[in-house]
Amino acid sequence: MLQPRSIQSSMGLKDKIFSMDYVLVISIFILGIISMFAMYSTDGGEFKYHTNSHILRFFVFFVCFFVVSLIKIRFWHDQSYLIYILFFLLLLGVKYFGLTSSGSKRWLDLYVMNLQPSELMKVGLILFLAKYYHRLPVDSMNSIRYLVIPLVALVAPLLLVATQPDLGTTILIAAGGIVVAWLAGVKVKFFAISGLILITLLPVAVSFLKPYQKSRILTFLNPERDPLGAGYQIIQSKIAIGSGGLFGKGFLNGSQSYLDYLPEKHTDFIFTLFSEEFGFSGSLSILILYSIIISRIIKIGNQTRSNFGKLYCYSFATAFFIYVVVNMMMVLGLLPIVGSPLPIMSYGGSSMMAIMFGLGIVMSCKIYKDIPVN
Amino acid sequence: MLSPGTGNRVTKSKLISRRMFLLTAAKTVVMFGIVGRLISLQINQTTKYKTLSDKNRFREWKLAPERGIIRDFFDQELASNEPLYQVHLVPENTKNLNQLFVRLKGILKITDQKVSYLKRLIKKQKPWEPIVISDNLNWSEFSKINLFLHELDGVEPIVSVARTYPDNSSAHILGYVSQISAKDLRTKKYLKDLSVPGMTIGKTGLERKLDEKIIGKVGFQRYEVNASGKRIKEIQIDKGQAGTSFKTTLDYEVQKYTNELLKDKAAAVCVMDIYNGDIVSLVSAPTFEPNAFVHGLDKKYWNSLIRDGKKPLTNKAMSGLYPPGSTIKTLVALSALENEIIKPQDTFRCKGKIELHGEKFHCWEKKGHGIVNLRKGIQRSCDVYFYEISRKLGVDRLSETAKKFGLGKPVLSDFAEERSGVVPNTKWKKKFIGQNWYIGETLHSGIGQGYFQSTPIQLCLMTAQLANGGYKIKPRIIFDEEKNDLKDYSDFILKNPNETIDTDMLIKRFNLNPLFENQKNINIVKDAMYSSSNEPGGTSYRHRMENPKFTFAGKTGSSQIKRFTEAQREAEVKQKDLSYKDRDHALFIAFAPYKNPKYAISVVVEHGGSGGSEAAPIAQKVIKKVLERDSLRQKASFSRVESI
Repeated sequence: MLQPRSIQSSMGLKDKIFSMDYVLVISIFILGIISMFAMYSTDGGEFKYHTNSHILRFFVFFVCFFVVSLIKIRFWHDQSYLIYILFFLLLLGVKYFGLTSSGSKRWLDLYVMNLQPSELMKVGLILFLAKYYHRLPVDSMNSIRYLVIPLVALVAPLLLVATQPDLGTTILIAAGGIVVAWLAGVKVKFFAISGLILITLLPVAVSFLKPYQKSRILTFLNPERDPLGAGYQIIQSKIAIGSGGLFGKGFLNGSQSYLDYLPEKHTDFIFTLFSEEFGFSGSLSILILYSIIISRIIKIGNQTRSNFGKLYCYSFATAFFIYVVVNMMMVLGLLPIVGSPLPIMSYGGSSMMAIMFGLGIVMSCKIYKDIPVN
Repeated sequence: MLSPGTGNRVTKSKLISRRMFLLTAAKTVVMFGIVGRLISLQINQTTKYKTLSDKNRFREWKLAPERGIIRDFFDQELASNEPLYQVHLVPENTKNLNQLFVRLKGILKITDQKVSYLKRLIKKQKPWEPIVISDNLNWSEFSKINLFLHELDGVEPIVSVARTYPDNSSAHILGYVSQISAKDLRTKKYLKDLSVPGMTIGKTGLERKLDEKIIGKVGFQRYEVNASGKRIKEIQIDKGQAGTSFKTTLDYEVQKYTNELLKDKAAAVCVMDIYNGDIVSLVSAPTFEPNAFVHGLDKKYWNSLIRDGKKPLTNKAMSGLYPPGSTIKTLVALSALENEIIKPQDTFRCKGKIELHGEKFHCWEKKGHGIVNLRKGIQRSCDVYFYEISRKLGVDRLSETAKKFGLGKPVLSDFAEERSGVVPNTKWKKKFIGQNWYIGETLHSGIGQGYFQSTPIQLCLMTAQLANGGYKIKPRIIFDEEKNDLKDYSDFILKNPNETIDTDMLIKRFNLNPLFENQKNINIVKDAMYSSSNEPGGTSYRHRMENPKFTFAGKTGSSQIKRFTEAQREAEVKQKDLSYKDRDHALFIAFAPYKNPKYAISVVVEHGGSGGSEAAPIAQKVIKKVLERDSLRQKASFSRVESI
């Protein structure tokens, strides 16, 4: 069953590159190019700050993606805990040395860029739990003893991120972690119990929410509640998407974003802008591209022999799916507005870095699919 | 640490794959959900959202149209438009606001108060919204601003138009314009699509009556705006349409002349063409400054207007209600003749008073007029004579005649301020006061006192309809050329310049309705009015005009404000000895020239004392002025007729 180790370790760079999943690579690249056009449009059809730095970041991290993928999956497996701890320390660093912007402390000033460790933690947590559950025998999976470490590993960063405060990222990190545990085979009853506990704690949690967060949730439930205040974003986003029609208003002609009706058009609402300019056909293309990326990641998971690889790929695919879906449902008015970037499309270096890093490990799984991690 | 065996690995792998399968199924469902939502928004509801997007994108700014012009009979502009010079400031285009205001203060007369008010305003507004620094600058100030414009960043000189009136002589009949109020928007339907900030609308008089047509069509500028409301670019502009202009039957020269005559009095004058009802002059005094209302009224001026006991804002010619006094005697006499109650030669003896059911009814002449017939009754305005015939006539028959001649209802249509007055009769009293009629009240009515209330314009119409031989006319103030009643008349005069035109002929030409049973009766009354003005002993004899060109026939009247006490009567208290507020209103009606009547006039001087001494001299002067201008007026008509 096991292939001789010598065959794979003797793989040359050429072989490695040839064994990459090119459908995935090309899909990512096309999405990257589309995101550049979208960013160019948010800058009003000029190469301004956002466009330039987005293009730069995409290419830099696209190269990182290749570098990460060429490193043996075993290395990533071995260093998983360390990576998690590093990211956690960075999160702690935010708490003490972070930059504050519009009321929340999310960034570390690294001179070259402002790093948002919570974005990295999205991948870090998946890596940590994938390794943990990879090593845990099936029969120990559901004993309370072995639930302590993953629970701590999950809750500790969540607390740090939630108090930044950053509700959106907290939810997305949590989603990734829960997915790993569930895929690894943790019994449904544990999720049900924690769900119940969460619901009973909800009123307490609500009291900790900032007023703007409360109003966003209320607004989601009834967007017309305050059309010029908190409901404004949802309403304007729906107007922009709806007015795009079948084929859109045309590149650089999205009046909603051009005339500043659209909030946060570089980041959370980049899909809205694209959807306005390219209509239903454009939106559907983006959805199809994301579906290809997600299904290719799952396919790589299928091909990987190691459970670490499987767990990681499946979890990352699901987390990626959740990022995409949460963002889209938010701009389509199906979910409350919580800050959640659209992977690759949205402006934001840390998000791009985390996604490319995550995808790199996926590609590493592909290249070294037949090598056991231990 | 644990080290998983191969078997363990495979079981785990199967577990992972099974759970992944479930997740993938869930993902597919969610993906289809999102596609469904996209279809719903971008395909099914796209029309709705496109509309909403355009609503976001475009904003319209309405442009106030130019009001139509109101002219007099000779095309003189009574209400016109003048360029309005304003200075606007767009705060975002200014680097240093404080410095700019210091500079502006050097050029314009702006008080520190105004500057601090403007600064507060700027803070409240968006920085690109212009504020009005100065409304209504004069030309020299405006050109000064233009001269220094290069050093005044953000200042924009703006030229627009505003209503202007040459003077205040026709303020009441023209009315005034002012800013639209919230109440106007509620009550006037035509303003619904017209509400433009800063636009003025007619509040009174002709400006109000004609408002709907004279206001014009609002234009608009459509701009693309961004989310904060800043204009990005102009998409469309429609300048709108200026309002319709109107020509009136008024004579500006007569208006000015009359207005000057009435200065310092509380009075009203109405002059009317007796054949076509054209109102030549309609003046109320004291007047007010209509231009003061255009740019927002000064509080001090407003207060002075509303506190003035002479009520300068009231159009007394149309809304002033006065007992007609002795002027009604013309109609009482006519009614008695028409109803064959008396014959002109029937006489009564006036001893200065009569008694009826124990109540004393005095004649104004304490010692009495002796033997009085109809002609002398009107000439001397003998109250006793009219007590006697009105008692025989009864108030109901009198009121019928009075109503026929135009009393008790508005003369012009659509003037909000015109009032109907009262022509009392037994039914009226029952209905409005709830009491039966007393015979004594008939006697009061017979000399135009008691419940009788009339406006100067009604008295003028009454006189005109007596003067033209007893034919109904429809007074008008708007001259619409299609309905030029004078056409046949003027054609006739052009063809037969030497022919004398008798009344009958004119009447047939003008297609009038007779208001009489027997036209002789009308002539008897007219003759009596002639004697009142032109024969010794007549109440207005002192102010007669001997030149037949100007000779008028009239009737004086004094309407009592306060009942004379017996003591006052005994002491022979004179009107001028009473305090201003207690004096009688002085009235006078007349038509001229007597031989070939053309115009009727009514004059009311509030608290003037007696009609003969106060109202008649004004009428005399106005009649002269009107008749002097008559040939010009006819000529203007001809030329207009020719040009049609």
